[in-house]
Amino acid sequence: MSAILECRGLVKQYGYRRALNGVNLTIERGKIIGLLGPNGSGKSTLIKLANGLITPTAGEILINGKAPGEESKKIVSYLPDKNYLNEWMTVEQLIKFFYDFYEDFDSHVAMDMLSKLGIGLKERLKNLSKGTKEKVQLILVMSRKAQLYLLDEPIGGVDPAARDYILHTIISNYNENASVIISTHLISDVESILDEVVFISQGQIVLTSSVDEIREQHDKSVDALFREVFKC
Amino acid sequence: MSWEFQSDRPIYAQLMEQIKRRIITGIYPPGEKMPSVRELAAEASVNPNTMQRAFAQLEQEGLLYTQRTSGRFVTEDQQRILEMKTEMADELAKRFLEDMEQLGYNCRQAVEVLERFEKESEKL
Repeated sequence: MSAILECRGLVKQYGYRRALNGVNLTIERGKIIGLLGPNGSGKSTLIKLANGLITPTAGEILINGKAPGEESKKIVSYLPDKNYLNEWMTVEQLIKFFYDFYEDFDSHVAMDMLSKLGIGLKERLKNLSKGTKEKVQLILVMSRKAQLYLLDEPIGGVDPAARDYILHTIISNYNENASVIISTHLISDVESILDEVVFISQGQIVLTSSVDEIREQHDKSVDALFREVFKC
Repeated sequence: MSWEFQSDRPIYAQLMEQIKRRIITGIYPPGEKMPSVRELAAEASVNPNTMQRAFAQLEQEGLLYTQRTSGRFVTEDQQRILEMKTEMADELAKRFLEDMEQLGYNCRQAVEVLERFEKESEKL
């Protein structure tokens, strides 16, 4: 089986600015990957390319061996860094919406998680707090049986207890053939659930390593290493 | 007993240590079936592959064993558990002595401190 995600010499240019500058990266199946980098390093650009929302300026990106497109959308579950759902819809309507849109969406999984977090099905999205909205979005995205989950800043706006629950949801919901890519700068919160970390800086990959390799080689956490590498 | 991790050491090594403690204290008694990798990973909030690595290593050390169809079990070998307990005690003692050395105590002086504690606890 081919790698779930592969980038070769990937470049994305926005006007004069190079958001990605020759990225080579292979993500195997069954891994949880942390995509870590300072603001503006190219994390969201990479995720948007993987999702087919934008197209490469040069080089290529392959999902399951093919360029992003109709086929890849069926197997990629994407959580954008901002709300894209209709604010006027109720949670129940959103579940229906996802169910209609994605063959691999499991309504029962979604309802179960929502009830555990005490989120009512009749609530309209616009009446929910920022943190609760984020939870709803993540639940919808994780309730698909996808092969690749792309989570752009999934825990930014939620409290630490909900953060734990969300991370718990991520580890218990992905299956062994699926991979999860989490972009975040809240490294210490996600560190223990990651297989590998990818450090990205100024549009280039500067380090790929497993969490325990970093700890073994540097005697420090990924969070501490990140602070050192990207010291301002 | 909750799962806690320090930031300066590999997570799999810390998992091994904490599972060993649970074996010693009888949370996972000899011969008992262990929770699955996934269950325990979720409980400890760690990556399942990291938990798998800790399990594999504990198997190599003879503390866990896999039965082909029915899962993973704690060893029934009490002798091996006792050995492991001794190894852990030695490790703790070594760390204590290193810390004391940093404070300027040699081994003998560190032992004297312990003996003082022993006497004080006898008085109580």
